[in-house]
Order: sequence, then C-alpha cells, then structure tokens
Amino acid sequence: MPPLLKVSGLKTHFFTFRGTRVVKAVDGLDFTLEEGETMGLVGESGCGKTTTCLSLVRLLPPAGRIVEGSIEFDGDDLVQKSIGEMQNIRGNSIAMILQDPMASLNPLFSIYTQVGEPAYYHQNLRGRTLSTRVRDLLGSVRIPSPETRMKEYPHQMSGGMRQRIVGAIALAGGPRLIIADEPTTNLDVTIQAQYLNLLRDIQRETKVGLIFVTHNLGIVAKMCDKLAVMYAGRIVEQGNVKEIFRNPQHPYTRALLGSIPRIGSKEPLYAIPGQPPNLAALPKGCYFHPRCPEAMDRCRVDEPPIYAPGDQWEATCWLLDGQKQVARQVEGVAS
Amino acid sequence: MTTQPLLEVKGLKKYFPVNEGMLPWKTSNWVRAVDGIDFRIFEGETLGVIGESGCGKTTTAKLVLLQEPPTEGEINFNGTDATKLKGSDLKTYRGSVQVVFQDPFSSLSPRMRIRDIIAEPLEIHTELSRSAIDDRVGEVMRLVGLQPDMATLFPHEFSGGQRQRIAIARSLATETRLIVLDEPVSGLDVSIRAQIINLLEELQAELGVSYLFIGHDLATVAHMSHRIAVMYLGKIVELAESQELCENPQHPYTRALFAAALPASPDEEQEDETIAGEVPSALNIPPGCRFNPRCPYVMRHCSEDEPELKEVSPNHFVSCFLY
Repeated sequence: MPPLLKVSGLKTHFFTFRGTRVVKAVDGLDFTLEEGETMGLVGESGCGKTTTCLSLVRLLPPAGRIVEGSIEFDGDDLVQKSIGEMQNIRGNSIAMILQDPMASLNPLFSIYTQVGEPAYYHQNLRGRTLSTRVRDLLGSVRIPSPETRMKEYPHQMSGGMRQRIVGAIALAGGPRLIIADEPTTNLDVTIQAQYLNLLRDIQRETKVGLIFVTHNLGIVAKMCDKLAVMYAGRIVEQGNVKEIFRNPQHPYTRALLGSIPRIGSKEPLYAIPGQPPNLAALPKGCYFHPRCPEAMDRCRVDEPPIYAPGDQWEATCWLLDGQKQVARQVEGVAS
Repeated sequence: MTTQPLLEVKGLKKYFPVNEGMLPWKTSNWVRAVDGIDFRIFEGETLGVIGESGCGKTTTAKLVLLQEPPTEGEINFNGTDATKLKGSDLKTYRGSVQVVFQDPFSSLSPRMRIRDIIAEPLEIHTELSRSAIDDRVGEVMRLVGLQPDMATLFPHEFSGGQRQRIAIARSLATETRLIVLDEPVSGLDVSIRAQIINLLEELQAELGVSYLFIGHDLATVAHMSHRIAVMYLGKIVELAESQELCENPQHPYTRALFAAALPASPDEEQEDETIAGEVPSALNIPPGCRFNPRCPYVMRHCSEDEPELKEVSPNHFVSCFLY
C-alpha cells in the first residue's frame, strides 16, 4: 500500500527583485507519512517549517514557487493539480490548523457557520443534517453544551475553546491528513495538555495522519511517532522519535536536545553559538558548520550526503562517514 | 544567605476597578488581580513565579517596579517601605530595581542607538560624565557578550537574542540589585533561549544580583530559580525550594502543572490525567479556596473557607486543606 503522503525532492523557493535574488526556503525535502501516523517537524524560526506546510496545501504567497519535486497524496501528485482540484482537496481530505486561533476564526460569523462550512461545500449537507453534523463535531472536540455554543461568536469563547473550534473545523471535512502549525503556542500549560490529549484521542478514532509543526521538543516527545529536524530548508535528521531522542546522530539534533531545560536538573544548558543562517546567503558545504561544535575541514567544503544510521533513519552529516548511504532517485517532474 | 532579605513583600494587594453600569463614576466591581501575597527575595537569589495567564504574575512585577501603586500592603526593599518613597529616594529605588521584558522587539526604541538605550538609565540615575558613561556602556555590553563597538548601531540591526542581551545590559547599567525578568525567554528560539538562560545565570554568579523570574514554563522556571512561588488567581498557593517543589509538589494545582508539563523524552511515563476546565475570571473569584471548582481532591469545606499558606515542611509553604 502506498503511504498517505510521500514528499520527494520538494524545493520551494522565493523569488525577489524579479528573480535576481532567490531565497531557498525549502531546498530538497523527502519524507513519508503513513495513515494514523504523527510526524513532528522541528526547527528554529526561519528554517522553512511553515513554507513546507504551505507548499503541501499549495497556499504559498505569490513570490513563492514549488520549483522541483513532488507531493504524492494518496497516489496523486498535488504539485500537478489545478487550482480547482486543490480547492476540492483543501478542507476536505487535507485540513490545516493554524497557530493563532483568533486570527483564523472570522469574528463576524457564528461558530455554526464556520464549523459547518467545509461540510456545506464538500459534502453538500444542508438544514438539519448540517446542524446535527456541527453539533457532533463540537461534541467531539469537547465543547460543553454544543447546541447553544454553536449559535455564539468567537469573541464569546476563551483561547482554549477557540483553538478547539479550529480543530472542529479541521475535522469537519473528514480529513485524512491534518497539518497543525504550532497549534498550542498561545495556550496555557494546562490548556495545552488538554488540547494535545484531545488531538491524540481524535487521531486514535479517525486514523488521520498528523503533521505537527513546532519548535517545542516536549510536544514532539509527547505526541509524535516520527521526527524530522529541519535546518536552513533541509531535513538534517529524521526517523523514529524514541530512537532519535535516545541517540541523536546529527550535531544539530544533539544541540537542540541539550538546550532544553529539564525539570529537576540544574545543569547548565548547552547553547548553540551564533544565529540561524540567512537563507539568501547560505554558507558553503554543510549549512550547519559555522555553528557546529564538531565541524571538520571537510564540512566547510562539501555538502554531506544522507546516511542511514538505522532502519527508517536518516541523518545528513559527515560524522557518519562510512555508514550506509541513502540513494534517492527523484521522481516527479519539475513544474 | 544573609538574614535580612533584599526584598520583602507583605500582604500585597492590587484591585482594579471595573465599571459595568451606566454611571462611569460608580465602580460596580473589582478585578482582584493580586490578592494578598507575601514573599522574600534574598541577595543573589532567584525567586521564580509561575502560573497561567491571568494569575497576577505580571501585576506582581508591576507592583514591585512601582509602575502601579498597590491597593494594600508593603514592599520592603533593604528594610524601607518602597511604596512610601518619594523624590530622590524613589529615584534610587528605581535605579536599583530594573526590568527585562518578554518581547525585545517592542522594549527597545527603534530610533535610539544602542549606546543611548543603555546610557539612558545612567543619565537619569547617576552624575557620571559623558566619557564615564561611555566606559560603563562598554563594560556592560562586554558583560552580556556584545562587542562594545556595536554601540553605534540601531536595534533593528540585531537579532532577537542580541536584543534581549541589550535589554539585559540596560537593566545592569546602574548599580542594580534586583532585576524583574518578565518571561525573558518566551519569545526566543530554542537555541537562543539556552544562551540567554546561561547568560543570566553567569551574571548572577558574577555580580550577585537577585532576580524575580516570571514565567509559565515549568522547566525553565525550575532551572533558573532557587525558590519557586506558584500563583493561582492572585494568590500564592505553594512556595518552596526549587528542588523540593519538583520532587515533592503538594498543592493539587502544582501537581496539575507538573502533570501538564511536557515530557523531556518519549520514553518518560506520561500522565493522561489533566485537570479539566479553565482559569476562572478574576472578576468573580469562586468562594472558599480559589482552586476548588477544578480541584480533583475537593472537599465540602473547600468552597466555604479559604485556606491559609501553611508551612508543611521546612521552607515549604502550601495553602490547601489537605495539609
């Protein structure tokens, strides 16, 4: 059976000043996601996490273009789809949960209108069937008394409730893939825990695939099966969450894991020196070498290939030289 | 540790008036943002304050900085009540108690050069000459890990982490004894966050400055602080040494916070139990113990009487009827 989502060689670049300057926001991504699986996409701001998400649903801003690669969803290449075909997919089989629940809900429409919209357009529900569907959806994200709540407006809800409503909208079309872009950054700790548990329960019931974009490794540890660590538009390490947390292979992954404080520990944190690189002026060789504590001469000149330290495990670093390499043939046609 | 605390807060309260009716001069209700808290900070110590939004952490910070006059209570700094200070004494207090805010993008004026930003408190609080001020600016910039020749640049030329360093340099410029850190690392990237946390710890070891560290992330606060106060709806519900609190949380709310904290690795045991509900509005605080509507161990008299902060073991204070 083919995987639910297979991204191969995806490159999304931004063109400024009439194409004289190119920002390689996403520069060659490969990953797969199976049904019912959760993948965490981790990295610092500006590493291309959000651009990856927007590429998957083809909602890039005008300056951004997918220049190469393919996004196979359920066997179909999303890069080749027309605008109309994409509209049938978005909100229907692929849904997105955005970071700020206040900005992604329209203050002028009732909860009923907004939660019902995907079902109205994609499943042609009307009248009583639609309102039953909305009530069930609100119930499934544990909104108390959905019957009265669905007639209310976003400003009458608390932050945690709004985020759950955004979750209900994402579920409304009965999606097979949900992309959640930092869904809990603005929530309090206890509300965040409630929301994450809810998402996990929903996933167990519906077998939906979940891509979790975050910079919080704690969320990844709690929620995800797979982890992909991004740096400067590329995945530097990906694989099973437990294996990577136990034995990170790439120095950047190691540094990220060392930089988070742990409860009950007073050890000084490992701080990665320097700043994330400017994507318009990337260093030669491995992109991480200026900040890498283990950089060698070779890292400054040549880009490292992708090594496979284990099954379903990939890391891009010269330190793994001598191990099995991953050969990749890029399928799909550049658009 | 010295016996005399640097800062001692006693029975501090802050109520904000709310007008709900038609008559603007009639106050119909009060938001009890901070409702009677006591704590002390010693020389060279970090007190962490943790709680969810709306629990009064930021109001506490504003009260300590005297940005807001308290409704009731005392703020004793070095033995004198700071709320009654006037004129030059008040100025001295403001010089020795400084602040670093959460967002380094809005806390630095975009029209001022770094030199002027850091020199501003020196110009106000000291009689130093221009060249002495320049020397001091260079000195604090080196302390926070910035090159002194960057002093002529503007804030937009710096990244978030560097801006936070500038804000820390500014707060250190005068002979600062206490710095109020209002979520100083929440807006920063993971790798930069570790740099700033390490910098703050190094500065404390070097200069002996005290911190009031406000945050909502348990792991960060526990890492930074010597003692931690857990706040809920304007009250301190638990106060203990950092290590003791992490190993032995007593109040049901503190336990809920630990249960909700994210695991450090996927192999860790995960608790699926989280407390239900959300923080009630500070406008209508539930009667009795403030946590009783969400508490899993609620008893009958919890909704009638309010528990006092009691010492359950040495230096470990809890306000709950379970103890």
